[in-house]
Amino acid sequence: MKRENREVMEGSHAVAHAVKNCSPDVIAAYPITPQTHIVEKLSQFVADGELKSEYLKVESEFSAMSACVGASATGTRTFTATSSQGLILMDEVLYNASGLRLPIVMVVANRAVGAPINIWNDHSDSMGVRDSGWIQLYAESNQEVLDMAIQSYKIAENDDVRLPAMVCMDGFILTHTYEPVSIPTKEEVSDFLPEFDPEHKLDPEDPKSFGTVGFPGDFMEFKYQQHEAMQNAKEVIPEVFKEYSEKMGREYNGLIEEYKTEDADVILISLGSVIGTLKDTVDDLRNEGEKVGLIKVRVFRPFPEKQLIDAIEGARAVGVLDKNISLGNKGALYSELLDSLYNSDITPLTINFIAGLGGRDIPESSAKKMYEKTKDVAERGYVEDEIKFVDLKEA
Amino acid sequence: MALEEEEYFESGHRACAGCGLALGARLAMKATGEDAIATCSTGCLEVVSSPYPESSWEIPWIHSLFENSAALGSGIEAGLKAQGNDHTKVVAQGGDGGTVDIGIRSLSGMLERNHDVTYVCYDNEAYMNTGIQRSGSTPYDASTTTSPPGTESYGNENRKKDALEIAAAHGISYVASASIAFPSDLVDKVKKANEINGATYVQIHTPCPTGWGYEGKETIEIARLAVETGLWVLYGKKDGEIQNINKLNDRKPVEEYLKKQKRFKHLFKKEDGSKELEKIQNIADRNAEKFSLDK
Amino acid sequence: MVNFAGIAEPGSTKNYKTGTWRTYRPVVDFDKCIGCAKCWEYCPEGCIIELEVDGKEVYETDLDYCKGCGICSEECPVGAIEMELEEED
Ligand SMILES: Cc1ncc(C[n+]2csc(CCOP(=O)(O)OP(=O)(O)O)c2C)c(N)n1
Ligand code: SF4
Ligand code: SF4
Ligand code: SF4
Ligand SMILES: [Mg+2]
Repeated sequence: MKRENREVMEGSHAVAHAVKNCSPDVIAAYPITPQTHIVEKLSQFVADGELKSEYLKVESEFSAMSACVGASATGTRTFTATSSQGLILMDEVLYNASGLRLPIVMVVANRAVGAPINIWNDHSDSMGVRDSGWIQLYAESNQEVLDMAIQSYKIAENDDVRLPAMVCMDGFILTHTYEPVSIPTKEEVSDFLPEFDPEHKLDPEDPKSFGTVGFPGDFMEFKYQQHEAMQNAKEVIPEVFKEYSEKMGREYNGLIEEYKTEDADVILISLGSVIGTLKDTVDDLRNEGEKVGLIKVRVFRPFPEKQLIDAIEGARAVGVLDKNISLGNKGALYSELLDSLYNSDITPLTINFIAGLGGRDIPESSAKKMYEKTKDVAERGYVEDEIKFVDLKEA
Repeated sequence: MALEEEEYFESGHRACAGCGLALGARLAMKATGEDAIATCSTGCLEVVSSPYPESSWEIPWIHSLFENSAALGSGIEAGLKAQGNDHTKVVAQGGDGGTVDIGIRSLSGMLERNHDVTYVCYDNEAYMNTGIQRSGSTPYDASTTTSPPGTESYGNENRKKDALEIAAAHGISYVASASIAFPSDLVDKVKKANEINGATYVQIHTPCPTGWGYEGKETIEIARLAVETGLWVLYGKKDGEIQNINKLNDRKPVEEYLKKQKRFKHLFKKEDGSKELEKIQNIADRNAEKFSLDK
Repeated sequence: MVNFAGIAEPGSTKNYKTGTWRTYRPVVDFDKCIGCAKCWEYCPEGCIIELEVDGKEVYETDLDYCKGCGICSEECPVGAIEMELEEED
């Protein structure tokens, strides 16, 4: 382990510091709670000359992402951050950024999507854009989110990937919470993250056309290439994590992280900051002799299908906690886990917990209930109530 | 030869024969030159010029979406600045729909932040690429597929949005209107806009044979008549001062322009069409007054 | 690994000959042509080329790209360009 120079700061500021040390050439952003502190801090860095970026205070999230597309196409490193309604306003441009193969990095401060309007945390926003061709990482802690911001540039800019990346951090729970963090210095980041100098860019010396019409005879190939890039990312991401761990001294292993799963009969799966609560719950239950484990999904796109199946193998029942729901169907993580399982050799019983929508707290007591329910499913050998809204008020 | 010989918008594009927009782009690019990056909104220009794997553009070019050409231009300008490039020009292009309607937010933002971007709007007065639906730039009474004349309708019921005034209201240092019928004037204006350090806006009137209903060979004549009737006024506005207005010796009645186009033919057929023609003449008269067009 | 979704060859629509679209072909009478270049300025295809005939600067159409719109013929100040129906072969 190398020296740790830890400072206590808000999650938003931690990520802003990390982004600053990645030296983005162009930042374009529009404020929305709970993302504001990130972009305010970056503004201050620019105002104080600590960060030499072109900072565009655009008139909408739609233009923030559009400006990032333009800037990224000139071959520069770009950054933006948003949340909820802002992310959805960007939606059309998100697909465009990935189709144009531009490695833009964006932090999403996860927040519910109205109506009713609600500024608090859940994952409806980023899960709603999971098909837009962006890599998606979900952070558990402030340390992880700032590390992910740095890692994301390296992943996105990799020649075999070249896709935009979204770093998801839970609104308020991470953005507004003070935690001790260790921020890699600019020198350390430079040693890890080379300058971005793409072969294809808008350059009068070598004029190319971006964003052309793709007729039916070509369009499929473009989409296949994006899909292939996502598959490549499954290889590239662990390599980037490994190098990061070696250089920065903090352990990041794979697309998912297993916690006490080895002999577990029941496994809980989720992503984001709730993992902290779930780990504590698992610790308590283990102390009580329960054979329970936890899987944290760190990378949601590309989806870690194989890793999840391997990790689940041996468990009798799996409970998936989603802070989102595809209304009329299931939570996103749960659905995608199910479709991964269908053609696998294992057939665990599964149950989906919908919790924490619009900022509803998920205390350890609720996490324990989810465990009990999943264990009950394991013991009964069947699922009665597959989609369970947790802590719903009595009607 | 007065105009730049080099072509930056090449042959082989798929625009209809006699397309005013294609000519507008060809001329605007002559004014722009090779050390430039162009954006383009979704619409006829983008579709006809980038059928993968071919491109008509000799300069770096990017199309992203229908409504973000100006924001894209902002980002490109910022990217160039960040790289210390202070010579490459940025030209953001859009159709009238992509500019005055759906793209007006991103245009307004770009103009207000005063990016060093020349915005060129190719005004063919409707959404041509999707089949001639009305836009905010469609003139009064014009028939389009969404503003058809009928027993209860004379065609488009709203006046043409004055995007030049809207652009100028941002306090940018140059806005200009141009026409493909006056190529040297057009090229001069785009050049001037490019030379200015800061946001500029040029709107080029580009008749469309397909959408307006006339034969391709008449494109220039129709563009010229729009100017000669006072329905499209050629002027520049530098730092708030109106300059180089194209004065008219003998302003022509609007009928001469309207009767050549199928999109106005109902006005000559409908019983009380003459009342509508009067209203359109009034629009031209008001333009004449506002800009002191008559010599 | 392809990580670019664009076109690397500038001006490559020139590989596509729009001349096949034409119904009428512009024919320039070099005797009448005064070399004013109006036709060149107004051509939406940019397919009119300058050439020298008997020591005189004149303009002619590149039929590979000419769509036969007739603008040049309409705008020629001396009526030097006739539009003639293409012969079917
Ligand atoms: C967000 C969005 N809405 C609608 C469309 C469909 N659309 C594509 S081009 C176009 C009209 C373009 O009109 P204009 O900007 O005037 O350009 P023109 O084709 O007339 O040159 C429309 C409505 C789209 N591509 N994107
Ligand atoms: S529809 Fe009109 S603007 Fe579009 S290519 Fe044809 S002539 Fe040009
Ligand atoms: S417009 Fe007529 S006279 Fe002028 S160059 Fe062309 S052909 Fe010759
Ligand atoms: S007919 Fe039209 S396309 Fe052909 S040369 Fe003349 S102006 Fe150009
Ligand atoms: Mg239009």
